[in-house]
Amino acid sequence: MADAGRHPNITLLTQSEIKSVSGYVGNFQVQILKKARYVKEDQCTACGDCVQVCPVLVPNEFNMGLSSRRAIYQPFPQAIPSAYVMDINNCLGYDPVVCGKCIEKCKKKCIDFNMNDQELTFKVGTIIVATGMEVYDPTEMDEYGYTRYENVLTSPEFERLINAGGPTQGQVLRLTDRKPPKSVAFIQCVGSRSQRRGEPYCSNICCMNTVKSTLMLKDHDPDLDVKVFYIDMRAFGKGFEDLFRRSKGMGVRYIRGLPGSIQEDPKSKDLILTVEDTATNQLEKHRAEMVVLAVGVKPPQDMKTIQEMLALQKNSDGFYLEAHPKLQPVDSATRGIFFAGCAEGPKDIKDAVTQASAAVARAVRLMNPKRLRVEAITAEVVAEDCTSCGICAKVCPFRAITVDTRAKTPARVTVAACSGCGTCAAECPSNAIMMHHFTDGQIEAQIDAILEQDPLQRILVFACNWCSYAGADFAGVSRLQYPPNARLIRTMCSGRVSEKFVWRAFEKGSPVVLVSGCHIGDCHYLNANHWTERRVKRMQKKMEKMGLRAERLQLEWISAAEGLRFKEVMEKMERLRQSVTEQEVTETKRILIDRSAVPEQEVQ
Amino acid sequence: MQELQEREESRIGIYVCHCGSNIGGVVDCEGVAAYGQTLPDVIVSRHEGYLCSEPGQNQIKTDIQEQRLNRIVVASCSPRLHEPTFRKCLAEAGLNPYLLEMANLREQCSWVHSHDPEGATQKSKDLVRSAVARARWLAGREEMEVPIEPATLVIGGGVAGIQAALDLADSGYRVILVEKQPSIGGIMAWLDKTFPTMDCSI
Repeated sequence: MADAGRHPNITLLTQSEIKSVSGYVGNFQVQILKKARYVKEDQCTACGDCVQVCPVLVPNEFNMGLSSRRAIYQPFPQAIPSAYVMDINNCLGYDPVVCGKCIEKCKKKCIDFNMNDQELTFKVGTIIVATGMEVYDPTEMDEYGYTRYENVLTSPEFERLINAGGPTQGQVLRLTDRKPPKSVAFIQCVGSRSQRRGEPYCSNICCMNTVKSTLMLKDHDPDLDVKVFYIDMRAFGKGFEDLFRRSKGMGVRYIRGLPGSIQEDPKSKDLILTVEDTATNQLEKHRAEMVVLAVGVKPPQDMKTIQEMLALQKNSDGFYLEAHPKLQPVDSATRGIFFAGCAEGPKDIKDAVTQASAAVARAVRLMNPKRLRVEAITAEVVAEDCTSCGICAKVCPFRAITVDTRAKTPARVTVAACSGCGTCAAECPSNAIMMHHFTDGQIEAQIDAILEQDPLQRILVFACNWCSYAGADFAGVSRLQYPPNARLIRTMCSGRVSEKFVWRAFEKGSPVVLVSGCHIGDCHYLNANHWTERRVKRMQKKMEKMGLRAERLQLEWISAAEGLRFKEVMEKMERLRQSVTEQEVTETKRILIDRSAVPEQEVQ
Repeated sequence: MQELQEREESRIGIYVCHCGSNIGGVVDCEGVAAYGQTLPDVIVSRHEGYLCSEPGQNQIKTDIQEQRLNRIVVASCSPRLHEPTFRKCLAEAGLNPYLLEMANLREQCSWVHSHDPEGATQKSKDLVRSAVARARWLAGREEMEVPIEPATLVIGGGVAGIQAALDLADSGYRVILVEKQPSIGGIMAWLDKTFPTMDCSI
């Protein structure tokens, strides 16, 4: 920790938030808001003189409110930076009439109430997302009485109690009588592995964390009665089974079964746990002077901000989705962005550190050659066909197209900024944009080839590379079975799917067409799928006007983690396909071949 | 439109992968390859046990050189998995890597229609036909090179963020380590001892 604070290559920004990220791999522009500390970080020696005079007392959040701190404080003794910090919301202020005592006391004059929040801008080549996790709040599991009984603690609270740097200097004491308990019970899987409350997944660290805590308790007092109530003890890692055995060897009792309720003895404040031991099928009552809830791990609440800023995807557990679960476990789907630690899923310190080093290796692999090959799948304007209408520049999510609509000069694509979604090509009313590697000719050839034989039996599906095509892959990996009629055409983004592709498919006898992409907010190309949505709705309106059943064109958002949803959509499309008769298809062809029936693409 | 410029004559090679029994256990790979041979501009159409293996890739390379193939269709797994592998294979044989098209017979046919070999085989043929049609229109692409900023933003100063920042900084890269709390350390800083070795966290 201390090394990170003083390394010449590291700019450490605490109390800081990312405001925006723009650009692309190799050249990201990052804007950061650094909030005012009101103490000069580089001058404060952490002498602690200011703390002694501060009259304000507030709960210490680092100790889970088990102790208090002043308005000017150090979060914990080994904090980096070690400089003190002012909690401006609780400080009485610098007006000498009201307070201002710390300013007077500080010999080095480090306290500065005029300090402002700073907006900083940096240019970086790669990004590592290590946003961590939160712990589950057990309030909703009222049967454990966390909010009613003081001697019921969460595992982080217990952790602070047993920590030498914590509020009791490492002495485990009951909150009700400040005496060391003679018996402690741990309850596992609080907020984990439950379909009903909390999270459905295993939080990965709680079993071993409890084993560790039991050993620490036994170290303090070998006669202490320690029980652990569990569903399964998962001691799967290197050295874990040894530690588990050591705990059992020291007399810790492991009882298979989670308590159904906890009652407090009103006099002694002891806790009575009612539990069915599933090994013996006996309903038992256990008395404990302290209960520790081994709470699970959750994705942090503010994850969505970063997710949207960096166009990342989440899996069903709510953690970030890696590019490939085995082969690219630390890469995001966005090139140049990597994951480390619990951002990608619950993990212990060793795994977090391993993953961090892996993410660094992946980032260095990109940066080391000093030059980077960029996307070859980019758009190009055919100058002689361009009418300089400006639509392409308007729809480009990356502002990679410039056009002077007044001077009527043809649009220009900044190739390095183009990410290749193809929205411009799909929206261009003059067919003046060539989307390389996903050209009109290439996609139309696929449509024609698919519908060459038995078109009435086919479901034509446009799937974006990052989400819905990946969702189809996930359905495959999961061996989910669905009707074999769908034929996928992959585009990089659903934004590439031009109106003319859909009309062509119907003209060639396709009974139904599906356009699928990333969920709104998850688009790999920022907001390109907004244009997909507008376009599909526009087409459905046109279909109605032409007397075609608009539901034959469907739009679905399917993420890379939604294999099951992909299967369900395929089943739905198959039911829809069966509702289309040969006569309806023939009639559609007639209407569409009479092209005058298709209104010209309206300029939005 | 702009694409209707003169194109070189297509000489297409189709390679159907059994992927052991992953594809071959359901899809009639030999039948798909034989069907591929009937499609226009197809010079060779083969089926192999494992195309991603070295002998598999060598077969493609040899054909590119001996048969003067200029478009390759690989009918195997998802391009999200092995497109980079086969693009590299093309490049090594002197062909522009963008002249590759893949048909996804594993994730989209054999694995999801395992109980319907006929349906899976029909779908495989359609996907190969679609891939061949697209391959005819493919054009080589060149990847542009741009300079890369030798700096990394690390979001989050917990144990993972700290480790990442130190490894990068020690490798000579600039690091911006951003933490929303007043101190780095994250959840790790709460802990006294850590499993399985019972040493201190900080």
